[in-house]
Amino acid sequence: MGKITGFLEFDRKVEKYAPVDERIQNYKEFTLPMKEKELKNQGARCMDCGIPFCHSGCPLGNLIPDFNDSVYRGKWEKAAEILHATNNFPEFTGRLCPAPCEEACVLGINEDPVSIENIEKNIVETAFQKGWVVANPPEFRTDKKVAVVGSGPAGLAAAQQLNRAGHSVTVFERDEKPGGLLRYGIPDFKMEKHVIDRRLEILKEEGIEFQCGVHIGIDIKAEELNNDYDAVVLCGGATVRRNLPIKGADLKGVVQAMDFLGQNNRRVDGLKYPGEEIKATDKNVIVIGGGDTGSDCIGTSFRQGATSVSNFEIMGKATAERPEDQPWPFWPMRLRTSSSHKEGAERFFSISTKEFIGDKNGNLKGLITVNVEWEKIPGQRPVLKEIKGTEKEWPCELVLLAMGFTGSEMTIAEQLGLEADPRTNIKASVKDYKTNVPGVFVAGDQRRGQSLIVWAISEGRQAAYHVDTYLMGSSYLPLKGEGDLPRI
Amino acid sequence: MMKRQGLYLPEFEHDNCGAGFICSLKGKKSNDIIHKALEILDKLEHRGAVSADGKTGDGAGILIDIPHQFFLDECDFEIPKAGDYAVGNVFFPKKENQRDYCISVFEENIKKQGLQLLGWRNVPVNKAIPGRIAGETEPFVKQIFVGKENEDQKDFDFNLKLYIARKVTEHTLINSKLSESKFFYVPSLSTKIIIFKGLLMPNDIKLYFKDLMDARVVTRLALVHQRFSTNTFPTWDLAQPFRYMCHNGEINTLRGNVMRMRSREGLLKSKLFGEEIKNILPIILPGKSDSATMDMVVELLLMTGRSLPEVMMMLVPEAWEKNKEMSEAKRAFYEYNSCVMEPWDGPASIPFTDGSYIGAVLDRNGLRPSRYSVTKDGYVIMSSETGVVELAPENIEYHGRLEPGKMFLVDMEAGRIVNDEEIKEKIAKKYTYKKWLDTNLVHLKNIPYNDCPLFLNEASLEKRKAVFGYTLEDINTIILPMGQHAKEPIGSMGSDTPIAVLSERPQLLYNYFKQLFAQVTNPPLDGIREELITDISLTLGSDYNIFDITELSCRKLKIQNPVISKEDLDKIKNYDASPDYKVVSIPILYNIARGHNGLEEALENNLREAEKAIDKGANIIILSDRDSDKDKAPIPALLACSFVNSGLQRLGKRSKLSIIIESAEPREVHHFALLFGFGASAINPYLVNEIIAEQIEEHDITEYTFDEAIKNYNKAIGKGILKVMNKIGISTLNSYRGSQLFECIGINTKVVDKYFPNTPTRIQGIGLYEIEKEVSKRHKRAYQDQHIAANLDLEIGGEYRWRRDGEKHMFNPLSIAKLQKSVRNNEPDTYKEFAKMVNEQSKNLMTIRGLFEFSNYDPIPIEEVEPWTEIVKRFKTGAMSYGSISKEAHENLAIAMNRIGGKSNSGEGGEDADRFYKNQTGDWRNSAIKQVASGRFGVTSDYLTNAQEIQIKMAQGAKPGEGGQLPGPKVNPAIAKTRNSTPYVGLISPPPHHDIYSIEDLSQLIYDLKSANRKARINVKLVSEVGVGTVAAGVSKAKADVILISGFDGGTGASPLTSLKHAGLPWELGIAEAQQTLVLNDLRNRIVLECDGQLKTGRDVAIACLLGAEEFGFATAPLVASGCIMMRVCHLNTCPVGIATQNPELRKKFKGKPEHVVNYMYFVAEELREIMAQLGFRSVKEMVGQVQKLDRNAAIDHYKSAGIDLTPILHQIDVPKNTKLYNTQKQQHHIDDSIEFEIIEKAHPALFRKEKISLDFPIHNTDRAVGAIISNEISKIYGAEGLPENTLKLNFTGSAGQSFGAFATKGLTMVVNGNTNDYLGKGLSGAKLIIKVPDKSTLQPENNIITGNVTLYGATSGEAYINGKAGERFCVRNSGAHAVVEGIGDHGCEYMTGGVAVILGEVGRNFGAGMSGGIAYIFDEKKTFEKRCNMEALNLLAVEEDNDIKELRELIENHYNATLSPLAQRILENWEDSLPKFIKIFPEEYKQALIRLEREKLETI
Repeated sequence: MGKITGFLEFDRKVEKYAPVDERIQNYKEFTLPMKEKELKNQGARCMDCGIPFCHSGCPLGNLIPDFNDSVYRGKWEKAAEILHATNNFPEFTGRLCPAPCEEACVLGINEDPVSIENIEKNIVETAFQKGWVVANPPEFRTDKKVAVVGSGPAGLAAAQQLNRAGHSVTVFERDEKPGGLLRYGIPDFKMEKHVIDRRLEILKEEGIEFQCGVHIGIDIKAEELNNDYDAVVLCGGATVRRNLPIKGADLKGVVQAMDFLGQNNRRVDGLKYPGEEIKATDKNVIVIGGGDTGSDCIGTSFRQGATSVSNFEIMGKATAERPEDQPWPFWPMRLRTSSSHKEGAERFFSISTKEFIGDKNGNLKGLITVNVEWEKIPGQRPVLKEIKGTEKEWPCELVLLAMGFTGSEMTIAEQLGLEADPRTNIKASVKDYKTNVPGVFVAGDQRRGQSLIVWAISEGRQAAYHVDTYLMGSSYLPLKGEGDLPRI
Repeated sequence: MMKRQGLYLPEFEHDNCGAGFICSLKGKKSNDIIHKALEILDKLEHRGAVSADGKTGDGAGILIDIPHQFFLDECDFEIPKAGDYAVGNVFFPKKENQRDYCISVFEENIKKQGLQLLGWRNVPVNKAIPGRIAGETEPFVKQIFVGKENEDQKDFDFNLKLYIARKVTEHTLINSKLSESKFFYVPSLSTKIIIFKGLLMPNDIKLYFKDLMDARVVTRLALVHQRFSTNTFPTWDLAQPFRYMCHNGEINTLRGNVMRMRSREGLLKSKLFGEEIKNILPIILPGKSDSATMDMVVELLLMTGRSLPEVMMMLVPEAWEKNKEMSEAKRAFYEYNSCVMEPWDGPASIPFTDGSYIGAVLDRNGLRPSRYSVTKDGYVIMSSETGVVELAPENIEYHGRLEPGKMFLVDMEAGRIVNDEEIKEKIAKKYTYKKWLDTNLVHLKNIPYNDCPLFLNEASLEKRKAVFGYTLEDINTIILPMGQHAKEPIGSMGSDTPIAVLSERPQLLYNYFKQLFAQVTNPPLDGIREELITDISLTLGSDYNIFDITELSCRKLKIQNPVISKEDLDKIKNYDASPDYKVVSIPILYNIARGHNGLEEALENNLREAEKAIDKGANIIILSDRDSDKDKAPIPALLACSFVNSGLQRLGKRSKLSIIIESAEPREVHHFALLFGFGASAINPYLVNEIIAEQIEEHDITEYTFDEAIKNYNKAIGKGILKVMNKIGISTLNSYRGSQLFECIGINTKVVDKYFPNTPTRIQGIGLYEIEKEVSKRHKRAYQDQHIAANLDLEIGGEYRWRRDGEKHMFNPLSIAKLQKSVRNNEPDTYKEFAKMVNEQSKNLMTIRGLFEFSNYDPIPIEEVEPWTEIVKRFKTGAMSYGSISKEAHENLAIAMNRIGGKSNSGEGGEDADRFYKNQTGDWRNSAIKQVASGRFGVTSDYLTNAQEIQIKMAQGAKPGEGGQLPGPKVNPAIAKTRNSTPYVGLISPPPHHDIYSIEDLSQLIYDLKSANRKARINVKLVSEVGVGTVAAGVSKAKADVILISGFDGGTGASPLTSLKHAGLPWELGIAEAQQTLVLNDLRNRIVLECDGQLKTGRDVAIACLLGAEEFGFATAPLVASGCIMMRVCHLNTCPVGIATQNPELRKKFKGKPEHVVNYMYFVAEELREIMAQLGFRSVKEMVGQVQKLDRNAAIDHYKSAGIDLTPILHQIDVPKNTKLYNTQKQQHHIDDSIEFEIIEKAHPALFRKEKISLDFPIHNTDRAVGAIISNEISKIYGAEGLPENTLKLNFTGSAGQSFGAFATKGLTMVVNGNTNDYLGKGLSGAKLIIKVPDKSTLQPENNIITGNVTLYGATSGEAYINGKAGERFCVRNSGAHAVVEGIGDHGCEYMTGGVAVILGEVGRNFGAGMSGGIAYIFDEKKTFEKRCNMEALNLLAVEEDNDIKELRELIENHYNATLSPLAQRILENWEDSLPKFIKIFPEEYKQALIRLEREKLETI
């Protein structure tokens, strides 16, 4: 398999980006396609390891060496088949995944890892282009009805798997279109929405029913749903956003990232959006939170024409290299610079916001920060300490809060009497994804707390197996097998 | 024989021996011959062995003419004239009452045959002679005298009746319920010869049997033998000689031969025997040794009217198949007889006699030494060694040796030696064999192809793949490379997946069987380099009565490669040109709905149908699993094949037909090997054919057409099978077929007894129910009622490369990540996580040790347990050569182990002398263990001198019975230097050690190495398999200091995938069996027992220790600690972490540090200490073998593992209280007796002051390895430099023992006036050896054998001048010595990688096989050379270049000056005429390497 000496011959390459000036003019994706030959060479870099740690690092268990080899040999259709065997939506992960596989890639021990994600994206895009991705409805239907609540990646994956097993699946989505965070969280410049739509078309053709604008727990009572369906899979996500309850938090101009991004995505889609318009145009923008959502806010702000964009991160600046205590193949906390960062944002680390300052109209005009340091006590969580005398005032007109999510909403849980942990994650183990209420399953962020899209798809797939087993006694649906690398 | 207990199975005992005979050509009878013959044994004592009591030998005996006059005098009853009566010594029970019964039965049967009982004579014996152990089984010996029915009775008839009477008596008494029935045995009952033998030391025979000392006991001939048995439960009856033969070596093919003989019994018919024929069955009594068994068949064949030489030709044929020089008549004889009898093949020198003829044959490989001398006063002396009888040089007519496949025969009546050609041509022309073959034997390739049935109703290819359990890995990793490259796929890093019975995934039945392989007691073969002695063709059809010698016997179908295509199978199905061929197809399918009952019934049906087919005249049946569908599932082909095979055997009908398998199941070599091993004669893997078609369609296979790709695949399997056969030392598929050389692991006895009778299975396991369950699981998956979109059609596999959804592996991402983190950051807690994972994982049905739990806790404070620093002294790292791994990785391990006082292992690659000295920081890169493997790379006196332990690698877990290869491009100048070879010249490690073809050879090598370094322990590395305990007992008797038992799963730099998975057993079985057998024999305390094979944690060590190990080896785990991430690309040189690579760029990526390895060892030792504290052991010593602390973990429950029975592993041998279960005493090597100490005393001025001196000594064949001790002393002082040339000259007179000049170093010149035995100049390290014909001798040196086999094996430098001919394998693996010789046997210059060989006389066959370097010059006066040369990669050139001419002339001049060789003189005197007759042999690889080196030299300038 693969080219034995490929990794010695070729350097890592990924798709390049369009120049910043150009790309911030619109919300389109801005990666520049690679030639087939180059992609094959990238596939050739894969070493067909005796133990492919990538395959372990990937929460889906993607058969990475196998599809890399197919790409190297120019067998794109076979590659697509292998890829789809473990991943329902490679076009999403190929764009959005932070690629733990690449962090675990053996080549990554002392070289640049194989560009797995880029290969993945190209496989699935080629497959769509060539018309290989088609609806494949089940040959037989069982008489079982399954409700999937939430149409994010977990919900969609669970739905497709359960539908493949022959069950009649209805997906409930409270927003106007399916997709969850994919649609309303991820900006178009990272994934244009037709990518979701084209996949949804296939799901619909395969026979999955979507009911949008239906808020389970409010429009339909959860008990009712549970009674009407043979099984319910909750994939509602971890939607409760973390606040910053400091002085001035209610000023106009202090906005949750999700509100900002959701509105903009609807705007780009030509949809109406509720509430007041939030725009970064001609404003000094400060994004609080150095994660992916933060980045999305930065890129969106630039595209809206912000005067300046700064990004605050309360944690210290990580090194570009792996820290020693987070060795290969584990997922390291290291400095990640997104394409949005490169569009001109200034990043500040070890900084904590103390207070928002408003003008007399209640409009935000600045904020005050203090520098912090993390005191490490062995065996305990690091403790945050403010450094005296480092207070500083920053002028700004828009603050975007991108500090993550604290857990899931409890409406359904309360109606059904589901047990949850203190973080409001619904309790269910990965052994069977069962909640304490028979017939009710939970998967994705709603179970594990906020996480990555690959985890969501993975949970959806795994849960589907257990739902199927619950309904039928056994299941032909695939499981990913053992081998997930833990976080350390 | 000891009874079966624990893991010990008596049937796996082996023996090897010393043998010889003397006879008077002039027919002169004397008592002196007996003494001379016994002197032979005396002089061969080093080839025998002694039991723990120090007195009981493994058996010895002598065969002589019947001393007629003596009996006339002695007997108190009347005796007719010589030849008209038979006499024999008979062994009886000790107890009189039982004895009387035996006598009465015997007498009765004699009368029944109409013969006359003349009388009995008590044989006078000295009861004080036998040792304690022998005394326990000492029989009462009486002589019986039997007369003819009447005077007119013909000799043949008389013999026949005697035979029947004896056979029937044997059967009756063996089946009787007498408590001492086993004592009854008839060593001989003959009109010509009589045998005296027993469980005696050779020099005790005549003291025990007083008759032999009587001057009136005279004879013309005497055949003697002494045994070296691996076991210590030898018995009196198994002492040799047997009635017609004795045997030095081992019959490898025995199991197949026995099975086939049994099935022939049904066809036996003879007018002479009439109805009596039934009463002599079984022909082969069970429980006898290989030699005894063969003797029984010889006896039967003699009764068919064949002569003794003809019988020997049938049983031990030459390698005729590929011999182009053989006469047509002889070829036809052999080919005809191959249809009648498969070869009884082995490393075997078989002296035989019927009193009229005395002679010997040698196996086709020539693996046993047999030398003979003919004296001017008319005596012929033959034995394993020369020099065993003192002969004056001037009395020698000539010295000869027995050549491979050849017969040496003395016609006693005619009083002359009959040469091989003469006797064989005569026999071959007795019938018109050639004509018979031409009209009867059909060759598959000549059958026309007419039409090809299509199987339209079959399920889709994808479905069938699933039914038969194909994984994507099977298709991509196994089948593809074979179709594409005609080669078996290669892998590395061993196996860490569960054995079949512990796997949660449905396994093919094949995976429950492990291939057996040869180690120590017989050699594996090299079918690649010695292809001409191998053959995989088979003949199909019915067998016939062996009493008839008619053309009917060869009316058969011959297939060259029995792995056949569908087209071939169609041809066979449709062949109807001859009414004698009838082919019947039997479906092997069962009704899936009926589950395991369905399977059982279907199997019974198969057998019934086969029987019916036979009754209707079929002679070929095809067992076919075509047409399986939703309702009918395939029966595992192996199950059906073996059941029909053994079932028909039981019914006595097996010989009437051949079985062809048409199955979708077999895909890898192992599968095919099993099917042949359990009786198939041809196999068509039709689904593989279809998969290959698909691969061509999808352009996975390019460059080949479908037919070619199928051919490639079949060829690859054929080659693979050859390798599997070679592993156990078998050269022809004809003898391998039906031999069942496998062990089951994880199948219960019920199934084995019924379906695979006589296959060892020791820990039980699954039954038919579970077998069916596995089939139905696959079937269900294939025919699942629901198709799930996007699922892969087939399972991923994951056997060879880890996959989440595939087979489990012990080393997986997490365990590796944790281990590396723990050692790098010195985190004991992280190690504990690792250990917990591995230990629990193994409990989770991964390994046998996982099934155990500790019990009988007796906790003590951990402080009382010996400290970790003591424990790690017992730890070793595995043998990994510099070459297979990088310098950085190799030295890292050495430094680490030296820091903690453990031992690292050099592996088979030599070691840079620079590493023998500590560096400034005190770190030491010297490997404490130096390995000596079959390639002998870098093994010099200096290398051995710098070892604390020397390990002889008999086998390697990942590929037991196989050699290795370091391809030329990997041999960079640094590696070439440490291996004493030429850069860029490929290096081959042969499958066998060419100086170990049997146990006594191992004993010799141990002696050699001990001589080369008296302080070093000698360690013998074995691989776990059934019978390894017996082998270990033998090795202990061969005086190894340490025995290492390796698990099959150990790592490797490169191995065929088949070997990686399917040969050898887990160490749990091996170590337990070794411990039990050694304790049982009271041999345990003599040796240290070591264990390795995927040891990872303290728990692993604890279990190994409780099972009997006291030292422990780790290889993969310390490598992982050093950064290995199990890429499994060691064989590709692309290791991305700089471990298993020589690529300088990749080597830079090595990040391991000695601390990492030290930390790992520390963690393991600490974990062990915790366990020790719980169990109550203060030291490892106390813990060894305490199996009562282990128990089966009751919590483990899985449908397959439930049937496993661990009690045989946990069997505690009953021993007296004070018996120690660990090493307490040192082996007695008897090195002190060497003449070298006397030499050293006199050689002081040379050794210490470098003064030139010359000394004279007599020498005998019992003086072995002379030169090694002196060289050791020189190396200690001067290192590899040695002394200046010719400083110490030693002149010897006589016959030197084996290994003369072994490892002899620079500055020594050693001269022998006389001759030498095998292994001359083994590992020569710079000395000069001169072997010349004594001055007084009248011999023509060039026609005279002067040295034995395997000369200059692994020599690295030095010179040898040999004034006469050498035996087989001259200059094998020479890498630097310059040698001149006057003629050589077969396989000359095999695997040679450097140096120069000048051969002035005739050259045997297969010259230069595997020769990759060095130069040979052949004086080809008779122009025979080209035919005998292995032309694969050699250039044959004229000697034209000035440098060559100069070098050649100089060497011949040296030879002349050293030996006064008349031949050399003639050549030199006629130099202008002689020169054009020389051929220069220049290996192509060597040529390319020299060109490359020249280029590199220019580049650096």
